[in-house]
Amino acid sequence: MDLTPLYISLRASVYATVFAFICGTLAAWAVIHIQGKLRAVADGVFTLPLVLPPTVLGFFLLCIFGTRSLVGQVLLKAGIRIVFDWKGTVAASSVVAFPLVYRTVRAAFEQIDESILNAAQTLGISGWKIFTRILIPSARPGITAGTILAFTRALGEFGATLMLAGDIPGKTETIPIAIWSAAYGGDMNRALVWVIIIVAISFATITAMNLFGQGAKRK
Amino acid sequence: MKKFIFVVSLLLAASFLSAGTKKSKTAGSSSIVISAAASLTNAMNEIIVLYKKADPSLTVTPVYGASGTLRGQIEQGAPADIFFSAAESHMKKLSDEGFVADGTICRLLKNEVVLIVPKGAENTVSSFDSLISDSIKQIAIGEPASVPAGAYAKETLATLGMWDTLSAAGKLVYAKDVRQVLTYVEQGEVQAGLVYSTDAAVSNKVSVVCNAPADSHKPVIYPVAILKTAADNAEAKAFYTFLCSKDALAVFAKYGFLTVQ
Repeated sequence: MDLTPLYISLRASVYATVFAFICGTLAAWAVIHIQGKLRAVADGVFTLPLVLPPTVLGFFLLCIFGTRSLVGQVLLKAGIRIVFDWKGTVAASSVVAFPLVYRTVRAAFEQIDESILNAAQTLGISGWKIFTRILIPSARPGITAGTILAFTRALGEFGATLMLAGDIPGKTETIPIAIWSAAYGGDMNRALVWVIIIVAISFATITAMNLFGQGAKRK
Repeated sequence: MKKFIFVVSLLLAASFLSAGTKKSKTAGSSSIVISAAASLTNAMNEIIVLYKKADPSLTVTPVYGASGTLRGQIEQGAPADIFFSAAESHMKKLSDEGFVADGTICRLLKNEVVLIVPKGAENTVSSFDSLISDSIKQIAIGEPASVPAGAYAKETLATLGMWDTLSAAGKLVYAKDVRQVLTYVEQGEVQAGLVYSTDAAVSNKVSVVCNAPADSHKPVIYPVAILKTAADNAEAKAFYTFLCSKDALAVFAKYGFLTVQ
């Protein structure tokens, strides 16, 4: 059996998780510093990929990265192809994974005792240092949970990936696309094998997160 | 809040009831569903309009898609009355499984496979041999298992000895039906694609490079048949007869389809 969908899926998910981890955490940090109505707007924008249909995200991504769009043309000149390329699987997974990190991390940040942050500020510690030395360590359980959820969501991404990266066996055919393609072509056995594999990976990841979380609490 | 919930439940109940009585409301008119290959889209839409003039009481609902996908839907119990496939293989499989009304399979149309490129990019691909070139990164074809155009494309490329090279290089982008191949090429997302000559003819954004060599693939035959569930459906039979009539064949010919002798 050809295992390339597993490799393609894992590669896309790992890259997407790294992206979602960095951008989601930074976005959460930025949003808790925004005051007033603008905060609600910013939060809405960052949460949108969670609630929009993946086809809408795929549409936007195609508009942005399509070979005839401005960004797409600039990237192509630089030798970077997103549409119908494995980088497209990363882009699509990143966008859907991002809000999961963003929301869990923001919630974790908001639960941190503000007096600690105020104390740090009066002691003259810089904003960046507060972020790296206080916020991040205190919010670690939240960040871990968000990152793991982001990984599993990235692994399961289908709609936007299909629209942006297409179905190229050995190149952009992720596990969900392999399932779709196999079921579509009437090869239910191949579909079933991939269904079992992705259920196993996702279940193992979530269970590991729960066990890990319990262990951390007991300490 | 209680009032709100009450109103919502009332509306929901009403919608269920109306859904249930819908059939009796439209008793005066009837409707049939035809599952047709994606490549038939334009011609079939015109034929349905034409038929509507002859029999305004009948609503013909077309479902377009890859023939393999449509076959799968029919196998799963989709409420289709007529199946119009772009490949004999899918029709044969349905027939073997007992989904087709006996003796209704009619080999109606013929088509040809062509190599297309986006308009204005004619100099990039001059023949099938150009596809091997490193400058060609993406070639769209239908997903071979479900899309007949993809199966014919695979057969052609295999006959030309290029299939293994192209698929190993990850150049082949699979599309869900032949019209998606056309869209990929129109948008310039791929540099070339394999579609039917009739698909290339309905788009002014693509150019035909050449036909697939004769004998490089099985002849492209479109069989049409009434499904077993509609074996006693007079409307389905009437529309099926109309599809094989001179008037309908003239429309198919207008879109470039050839008639099976």
